[in-house]
Amino acid sequence: MAEIKSVIGTQNKKGQTYTDTWKMMNEAPRTPSFFTGSEVIKEALRRASCDVMIAYPITPQSEAAALIGELFAEGYIGDYFRGESEFAVMSQCAGSAFGGARVFTTTAGPGTMRAMENFPMWAGARLPIQMIVTCRGINSPLSIQPDTLEIAYLLNTGMLVWHAETAQDFFDWILKGYMVSEEPDVHLPLALCCDGFFVTHTKDVVNLTPADMCLPPYDPYRSPVPCMDMECPPVRMMRDPFVMKSNYISYATHASWQQEIWAAVERSRKHSIHWLNGLIDTENTDADIVIVASGTAVSQGREAIRLLEDEGVRCGLVKVKTLRPWPEEEIREATKNAKHIFVPEFNVTGWLAKEIRATVPNHQRVHAGPHVCGGMTMPPEIIVSEIKTALGMKTFSLAGRGS
Amino acid sequence: MSKERIQISEALYDIMPSDYQDLVKSATYGKEDRGWKDIGTSKELIEQHSLCAGCPESMAFRYILASLPNPEDTVMVGSTGCTSLVFPMVAVHNIHSLFGNQNAIASGLKRALSVRFPGRVKDVVVLAGDGATVDIGLDMTLQAWFRQEKFTTICFDNELYANTGGQESGLMQKGFVAKMAPVGKLFDKVRLPEIARESGCHYVVNCTVSKPSLVEKVIRNAVHIAREIGPTYLQLYTPCILEIGKNSMEGLQEMRDSEKPTERFAYKEYISEPAKQLLTELAAKDKERKAAAKQLAAQAQAN
Repeated sequence: MAEIKSVIGTQNKKGQTYTDTWKMMNEAPRTPSFFTGSEVIKEALRRASCDVMIAYPITPQSEAAALIGELFAEGYIGDYFRGESEFAVMSQCAGSAFGGARVFTTTAGPGTMRAMENFPMWAGARLPIQMIVTCRGINSPLSIQPDTLEIAYLLNTGMLVWHAETAQDFFDWILKGYMVSEEPDVHLPLALCCDGFFVTHTKDVVNLTPADMCLPPYDPYRSPVPCMDMECPPVRMMRDPFVMKSNYISYATHASWQQEIWAAVERSRKHSIHWLNGLIDTENTDADIVIVASGTAVSQGREAIRLLEDEGVRCGLVKVKTLRPWPEEEIREATKNAKHIFVPEFNVTGWLAKEIRATVPNHQRVHAGPHVCGGMTMPPEIIVSEIKTALGMKTFSLAGRGS
Repeated sequence: MSKERIQISEALYDIMPSDYQDLVKSATYGKEDRGWKDIGTSKELIEQHSLCAGCPESMAFRYILASLPNPEDTVMVGSTGCTSLVFPMVAVHNIHSLFGNQNAIASGLKRALSVRFPGRVKDVVVLAGDGATVDIGLDMTLQAWFRQEKFTTICFDNELYANTGGQESGLMQKGFVAKMAPVGKLFDKVRLPEIARESGCHYVVNCTVSKPSLVEKVIRNAVHIAREIGPTYLQLYTPCILEIGKNSMEGLQEMRDSEKPTERFAYKEYISEPAKQLLTELAAKDKERKAAAKQLAAQAQAN
């Protein structure tokens, strides 16, 4: 058998050194840089050893998608082009991943919805594509403003779904995300979501790993399904195509494959805990009141907690990092002391509150709110007001709420 | 892939399915002048399929798989429809993902293979029905051509949605009464071969699959031109005998009737200038190779 050589320590054509990912993310020196979220996506991709990126313009991800084009022109990405629609782009991503490439794309709002048919297909075909979702409104009349409703539609596709709070999360999770989704016992696509504009268009200090280090390349043969490149035997896949058969074998095959996808989501749990240092972050969860949130609602919750502390109200915080896999045990444990659980969200339906209600005992403790949507911001004061109202405390009326 | 990749370990030989054993023993991967004449004397790259008895699509599949110039390094992309019943039985890697997105899949696939295997030939061939190519997938069919993606698109034109039970399609003839066209189709058959030419395809052929030698020729041309120059398009008439009210043995005659000079599947081809040049070069090389082989054979006989 031919000797298998590690690529770690060797250089790519841009002179970057393929580096053990754990060392690169946790031990290598970091440089503080002042960047927009879009620029951070570019910087993460510079270090991601990405083979193919496919782009399409839609606000608020257009800038990031175009910046990655610059990386391609500089030689950091194997191939890059603009597709004709999100549906086509997600299929082009699938084609590249079927062919054994590490694939990256970005989308938002109506683009996510237009492409939706592809996502269960990605998961079913075990394609570890990474898709950035910079959430925006999907309602009519047309809106381009931040709103996280589209995440609700992604939760049952079989994809891994993570929700970044800050640009720093974004930088780290893009790189770590490939490590989780490319594990042979996972091998699923990742939707890495953030709140559009709030993260993409604001500047923040982000600690970057060295630009001369990059991820080890993707190995398409560490996969639970064959890579479609004619480098391994073209086995006859089945005696009968299951597609239109109405018989028990056909149903059982489809059922077991669906179960396997969700088992793979579950198996991603241990890898996500390893790379993200847990599926949730917690602060002061011994308090009677706990805010549970994901995305930038976490930042607003943190501010609200500070305001409440000034008034002598102690409040804990749970930051949900992964929505799939869902941190069921972790949330139950973190909220076991809470008499009140508040779930602030940037969407009208409160999908996160519904998930939490289905997770914790005594679910009447869960207050689904406050909600803002359609691009409205969420001042910490409205979280404070929501909490104080629920506790029967006097609260100042907020402008525009009519109370 | 070389043929060694499909070899079976001796210890496991007897438990492998016989169709795989046959594939190792007598398939034509790597054979330079493979073609339709290998059918019957070698293991075909298609196993038992579940198409209707006498379906011209099954003939087309056999001729195409026998004619691919480089099956050991060819990946095929299909779509939803009758063809998706056959692909699981085909001994080249193939992808089915969604209905109508086949040219988008192929675009991404071809680019990934070019990134991963620079300097090596990896052909990509799309094979889908007319609903997938012209109706639901038209956007992606055309955009792949506009972008000059280097793969071949084959459309099995049966002039209706066969697998869902015979509904109207864009390639159906005007006036044909079908499901969802209860008073007859109200507009003309879409002229995709002409659109293909205008969209940047370098080789376009419209024909039936009644003659295996013709299928072999157009497949070889289309794959070679796509590999070297740019997109190619073949529109092959594979009538759905079931939905046009014919019997199992009448498919061949239906194709012969439809390819007469005044009929809609009379042979039509378009070849771009660079493609013509390539075909001339390939023909010259082929001639040289045959002459050399003949000389070798003559020498061997003389010795």
